[in-house]
Amino acid sequence: MSDASLRIPGRAVRWSALLAASFLVFLLLAAVLPRLFTANDPLASVPEAAFHAPGWEYWFGTDQSGRDIFSRVIYGVRQSLTIGLLAVALAMSIALPLGLAAGLTGGWLARGIGWVIEVLFAFPAMVLALLFVAIFGGGIGPLIIATGLGTSPGYARMVRGQVLSVRNSGYIEAARALGHPPSRIIRRQLLPNAMRPLVVVATMGIGQTVVWSSALSFLGLGAKPPAPEWGTMLSVGQDFIANAWWLTFFPGLFIVLTTLSTTVVGRFLQRRLEGRV
Amino acid sequence: MNRERLWRLARHSGTRLLGGALVLWVTATLAFFGLKLVPGDPALSILGTGNPTAETIAAFNHEYGLDEPLAVQYALYFERLLRGDLGMSYAQHSAVAGIVAGQVGATFQLTLSALLTAWVIVLAWTLLTAGRRGWWSGLGSGVETVAAALPPFWLAILLLAIFAFGLHLFPPAGSDGLRTLILPSLALALPLAGFIGQVTRESLEITLEQPFVLTARTRGVGDWAVRWRHALRHSVLPGLSLSGWAIGALISGDVVVELIFSRKGLGRQLVQAVQVRDLPLTIGITLVVAIGFVLANWLVDLIYNLVDPRLGRNIQ
Repeated sequence: MSDASLRIPGRAVRWSALLAASFLVFLLLAAVLPRLFTANDPLASVPEAAFHAPGWEYWFGTDQSGRDIFSRVIYGVRQSLTIGLLAVALAMSIALPLGLAAGLTGGWLARGIGWVIEVLFAFPAMVLALLFVAIFGGGIGPLIIATGLGTSPGYARMVRGQVLSVRNSGYIEAARALGHPPSRIIRRQLLPNAMRPLVVVATMGIGQTVVWSSALSFLGLGAKPPAPEWGTMLSVGQDFIANAWWLTFFPGLFIVLTTLSTTVVGRFLQRRLEGRV
Repeated sequence: MNRERLWRLARHSGTRLLGGALVLWVTATLAFFGLKLVPGDPALSILGTGNPTAETIAAFNHEYGLDEPLAVQYALYFERLLRGDLGMSYAQHSAVAGIVAGQVGATFQLTLSALLTAWVIVLAWTLLTAGRRGWWSGLGSGVETVAAALPPFWLAILLLAIFAFGLHLFPPAGSDGLRTLILPSLALALPLAGFIGQVTRESLEITLEQPFVLTARTRGVGDWAVRWRHALRHSVLPGLSLSGWAIGALISGDVVVELIFSRKGLGRQLVQAVQVRDLPLTIGITLVVAIGFVLANWLVDLIYNLVDPRLGRNIQ
């Protein structure tokens, strides 16, 4: 990173981080207690209220069966966040050993793992995820596994980079010069310092996985309609875009806001770690 | 270009190509064992529901070598792959290679056009806003952050709703001609431009503070000329080095965008194959995508090394 991002006024950075963090708190509340925000049942269809445009009665409008879209979007938070968190956890548990192995060992093995990570990082993850779904079938479980597998090379790459940069830093050299055994250096110095930035990466990762899993649901490979899941809602609403834009606009908006918030909060944390705010 | 550099470049490209072949081998092997993991009899899947007799099934299994030991099947599988035989599609009852050949051009066209569009947007936007004082710079990076957060499938739906169904400027579906290519390319290019733009902006802002830029300015070169003629060439390199990742991301996006715009292409074919669990077609498309991906990366790497002569020195 450079001092270029410093030029953005600190005030704007703090305000946008605050805004993003409040949205994430709102999402967490909605995931735990959706009733707090809406009294309507996300699955109750009211045929005579179908295709209501957004207004006072229905904030985000209603869908083809007269279901309240606002309440569906709110009830969808829990599933999206759960999938996001589990997929990131899975991706990290694959990425950590791989990245550590590539960063800590030397020579032939490290180069080999590093190279595999590099290739998988750039390989079209959607194609890998689809291949996985084709073999093991669709549904929420395979969706989480496919998303976790598809995004893990990116994390492995970062873990490896972190370990390598910490490994070559002055304080590790100092610890070596003091004669500390390697296992102690790894435990006490290397791991804590290499892992801290990963908290940030994981925060940003949740937003990315929400996009991924909703893309797979959009393709009809995750949650099935009429489940209140953002990707599924987009997929169904797609048939009505010519005259009812709100069916697809609001679920998509929530996907974007979730990703955006995790990115902004993640970057803010990163700057804090680097002591720049 | 001297002979030594050419030799180094050739050796570097050779290793890369070898690595690419290794990727393909791993992908094909994974696909082979994936196929073995699937429950159900492949003979029944292909022969269909016409109640085939035991003899027909045995004949089929013999023809495809399915009665051989696993190692022999693996060898036979590779022998077929090398001949370009990707097997038969369960659902469409025709050769996978033929289906793929009919679709690959459309996907290639869309991917290339999205990549070019993304770069045009990045160059225009960063040249205009990077390194400016005050809120211009904030606006510049803010727009990039938002663009990078847009999922292509939602953007595609929005563009369809506004420009095809609302303003009737573009056809909502199809894959014939330039007019059907514009909206899908934009849906893929805008998020990508957000990512590449962030990298390019940072690099352009660093470059604009370099001594050689100051030298150019003191010689009386105007601001636009400094940006366009002096700083730009240095600042595109980090973005270009992301191209391998960008191509991967674009192919991922192709899958949904082709579906939304009802375009011909490998992505839409892949989703349809997965939905009916047509494994030979799924695996065939995955392998072809892998080949395209490996070749594209190899080409990008070669171009990158030609553009930036400094890299010639510390290759490997």
